[in-house]
Amino acid sequence: MSTPLFAYTLRLADDALVLGHRLSEWTSRAPTLEEEMALANIALDLIGQARVLYSYAGEVEGRGRSEDDLAYFRDEAAFGNLLVNELPNGDFAFTVVRQALVSAFMLPYWTALTASRDATLAAIAAKAEKEVSYHLRHAAEWLVRLGDGTDESRRRSIAALDELWPWTGEMFEMPDDERALAEAGIAVDRAALKAEWSRTVDTILEEATLDRPRDGWMQTGGRRGVHTEHLGSMLAVMQSLARAHPGATW
Amino acid sequence: MEPAISSTEAAAPVSPAVPAGVAGAAADERRARAWAAAAGVVDPEIPVLSIADLGVLRDIRFDEAGRVEAVITPTYSGCPAMNMIAVEIETALDAAGFPGARVTTVLSPAWSTDLMTEAGRRALAGYGIAPPVGRAGGRRALFGETAVACPHCGSPETERISEFGSTACKALYRCRACREPFDYFKCI
Repeated sequence: MSTPLFAYTLRLADDALVLGHRLSEWTSRAPTLEEEMALANIALDLIGQARVLYSYAGEVEGRGRSEDDLAYFRDEAAFGNLLVNELPNGDFAFTVVRQALVSAFMLPYWTALTASRDATLAAIAAKAEKEVSYHLRHAAEWLVRLGDGTDESRRRSIAALDELWPWTGEMFEMPDDERALAEAGIAVDRAALKAEWSRTVDTILEEATLDRPRDGWMQTGGRRGVHTEHLGSMLAVMQSLARAHPGATW
Repeated sequence: MEPAISSTEAAAPVSPAVPAGVAGAAADERRARAWAAAAGVVDPEIPVLSIADLGVLRDIRFDEAGRVEAVITPTYSGCPAMNMIAVEIETALDAAGFPGARVTTVLSPAWSTDLMTEAGRRALAGYGIAPPVGRAGGRRALFGETAVACPHCGSPETERISEFGSTACKALYRCRACREPFDYFKCI
């Protein structure tokens, strides 16, 4: 039976896995060797977070599903990740802007979750919080370099910011089952983090000499399993090995 | 993916269970021997640093059947060295006369570089890796660099090349004085 705690933990895991997989796609394609290591390291942190979250979700569900079952043997509509995390990497500016916007949200999110009444989620959050603080610094420093850089890097940063902005509203959306968990002191009220996120983003954009896009219509749907056309093809690649060789370990 | 962390253990209390019927002194001696065996395992990426010095080995305890259980905590969520460390602990315990040893992973309290021993910090510097500067815990500033002394020549004139180095736990620096690049063990 799908309990709210299971669904919630699974969504957190999906967020981490999908973004982690996207970042791993930069391996062998990043602009510099140092940057390649950085993006792979961040991907590793996110996939590590996904693993503990999937394992815990499997325990909460109690049907014997492992982390691999949940990562590799669910289809697109069963994924509850944020849409912004599944968008293709685009150019380097797009990846940097996304990392800045998402990490600026995840840092206060994990910090708040360390106070969860669920001891396992609180423990996972305490580790993730330390990791994401580095992710945010890394993205913020790059965004300053790109936004306040050459004409070309600035043009690409502005384009990425404009393109990504309508996907940021979903971060603050509370599914009904999550709201009940937040009231019980287990989950976090996402909307309450908006002010802190805004302050962090404004600080970075100011340093990067970029204008904050105006809030307008926001695209949502990921939490309900309604995804962009990009998630299906990403999962097809990510899941193909496990599905071709079920039960294989490596 | 390898079998992951058992998250039911995420907040397991850290308390050694002494097998019933074993005299206290003998149990202490046995635990100390098992601890020494497990503590001899080194980080595969940093072979001068034992998992005890690193703060990864958290506890040694015995179950009712008298089998030893080593409790470890991961440095980073996705650190790929943890699987290898677990296998090496089992092997080391087996060789020390503790067959059937188990390794359990706990997440809480979260690992921090504050757990690294002084001996570990000195070993790191001697190996050419700058040890973590300062204490973890405070909220990190969004911008700005940590002043890290060069582990080769000791000069404070260093600069960060990348926040992320060859492994999750390290950043990449360069010394402006002796011109050598070096790893810095990040403070978390």
